[in-house]
Amino acid sequence: MKKVFSRPKSLKTTAFHYCGGCGHSIAHRLIAEAIDELDIQGRIIGVPPAGCAVIAYNYFDIDMLESPHGRGCAVATGVKRVLPDRIVFSYQGDGDLAAIGTAETFHAANRGENITVIFINNAVYGMTGGQMAPTTLLGQTSTTTPPGRSALLDGHPIHFSEILGQLPGTMYIERCAVNTPANILKAKKAVKKAFQYQMDNVGFSLIEILSQCPTNWKMSPIDACRWVNEVMTKEYPLGIIKDCKR
Amino acid sequence: MKGTITINSELCKECLLCTISCKKENLQPADELNSKGFHPIVLKADADCNGCALCATICPDIAIEVYRE
Amino acid sequence: MQGNRVIGEAAIRAGCRFYAGYPITPQNELTEYMADNMRRAKGGTFIQAESEIAAVNMVLGASAAGARAMTSSSSPGISLKQEGISSLAADELPAVIVNIMRGGPGLGNILPSQGDYFQATRGGGHGDYRTIVLAPASVQELADLTMDAFDLADRYRNPVLILADGMMGQMSEPVLFSEPAPRQYPECYVLNGKGKGKSKFIRALILDAIRMEEHNWKLYRKYQVIAQKEVRFETFWTDDAEILIVAYGTAARIAKGAIKRSRELGIPVGLIRPITLWPFPMDVIRAFAERVENFLVFEMNTGQMIEDVQLALAGVGKVHFYGRPGGVIPTPAELAKVIAYHARKK
Repeated sequence: MKKVFSRPKSLKTTAFHYCGGCGHSIAHRLIAEAIDELDIQGRIIGVPPAGCAVIAYNYFDIDMLESPHGRGCAVATGVKRVLPDRIVFSYQGDGDLAAIGTAETFHAANRGENITVIFINNAVYGMTGGQMAPTTLLGQTSTTTPPGRSALLDGHPIHFSEILGQLPGTMYIERCAVNTPANILKAKKAVKKAFQYQMDNVGFSLIEILSQCPTNWKMSPIDACRWVNEVMTKEYPLGIIKDCKR
Repeated sequence: MKGTITINSELCKECLLCTISCKKENLQPADELNSKGFHPIVLKADADCNGCALCATICPDIAIEVYRE
Repeated sequence: MQGNRVIGEAAIRAGCRFYAGYPITPQNELTEYMADNMRRAKGGTFIQAESEIAAVNMVLGASAAGARAMTSSSSPGISLKQEGISSLAADELPAVIVNIMRGGPGLGNILPSQGDYFQATRGGGHGDYRTIVLAPASVQELADLTMDAFDLADRYRNPVLILADGMMGQMSEPVLFSEPAPRQYPECYVLNGKGKGKSKFIRALILDAIRMEEHNWKLYRKYQVIAQKEVRFETFWTDDAEILIVAYGTAARIAKGAIKRSRELGIPVGLIRPITLWPFPMDVIRAFAERVENFLVFEMNTGQMIEDVQLALAGVGKVHFYGRPGGVIPTPAELAKVIAYHARKK
């Protein structure tokens, strides 16, 4: 028999520290598979977030540059403008990208920077223990919304991908999930397409990945994956939000 | 199609996602514990694996390698 | 040529190929000069960023990717950049940050002041780090020190701050640009894709306390080397002085005018002008204290550099202060009156 599935080359053999069932682990792997399949391991530079994935450089076997919290899109802009022939991506959580980093993300998208942004949306602040995120759903409890998020007090969940899709500078935005094998394969395809668009100088791409966070949602991994399907995708529907080539 | 998998029990965190992804219910937690305190998933003795790799696709910790004829 | 524009021209000649900035008075001519000329420089990038925070983070990315990178702002905008500057120092990345100081605190006003001395020399941002701080006192020095800033940043892999003020940024004087030294920056520090080699990462997060401590001491040892090797200062009429003014930048120019007037009246006063505010010329001032008893610290603020002078003297001699904060530009005549007062008191 021949081996048909194993660890991608672009991931080191370091075991993940992420919680069991966490979407980060799956997202890391599918991004590494995309890097392997496009054969860009030597020419790609990643910018990890502040958050659970802050030590992404312990896992990806590619050059990586840490960014202060939220500033990933600005840091990626600096790298890409100096090295336009390298592939540059930022990997950010919902707080990093859409709270503290709102301006940097929005303006990099508006300038049409030829970078790829991977947006890990788990509707909560994971690293810091489960506080409300910009993408926390109405009624969802968190450590800073104990009675559940209220539109009156806490505002509505933000659909940042749709907002960025309004900007003429964005070229390709798709929302995916990693809660089932089928969704994972679709997410990998989307990431690969985003990197390819960057290599073809098409422009700004963003792949939002709905990610289960069993620990802070206080669910088992199986229930968390189900919650992505039954609840999260109702608020954040999967699919292509914008594709300038269609 | 015949297939099989190997599972690195030290990487397994018993998230159980593979057990619900396998269409043939070939996977279950072992009785033993790994060094992290989890019951690592093992292929059942009577498993009828076709190497579809759904389990490996969902496994967050890349604990599974898949073989196929 | 105008001071702000001179900084831009000197930077471009020194090989700066990435500039990100945000408009803020009184340094906008520098941002606009870069908008015009950086685009024309081969391989140059100019970005008007959405904020000063974004600008310094773009500089972080550009520097890691191997470009000589610069950002500029004025006091409140420099406050915004502090996390970025701390990160540059932690990552050991070279970068040049220009602060054309204005009145503060808060929104303040747009007139020249020296209120950011603490911010510049005491870190400004969080953590145990230092930035080299260069304090030009003429448009020519703006040109020379800007070029030096890039060399120092590369040599020590550290951010370098050019601390000027609105007067210097706005005024025009003749200037000669010198030939820049060729850049010496090892390729091994540049992050540009792992190619066929090992992957690299640049990061400031070190979760293990012992390893973080090692990193901090490593930076500390670097700063000790800088303190030994890079102190710069100028002395003016100090040989027979019995009162020494300590002043930098625009205040030093005003002081020179006041000293000339005072000398005409027979008052033996001189000037020590620090050119590096960090590392501060501690030993120089201490050495003068062996024969001079009176130091008059003159700043355009309510008293910041005076603390470094007091540290340097360690209780020897007398330290006096004269300052005008808030964007007020003192005159040589008024400072001369203050000098005369202290001369009589002796």
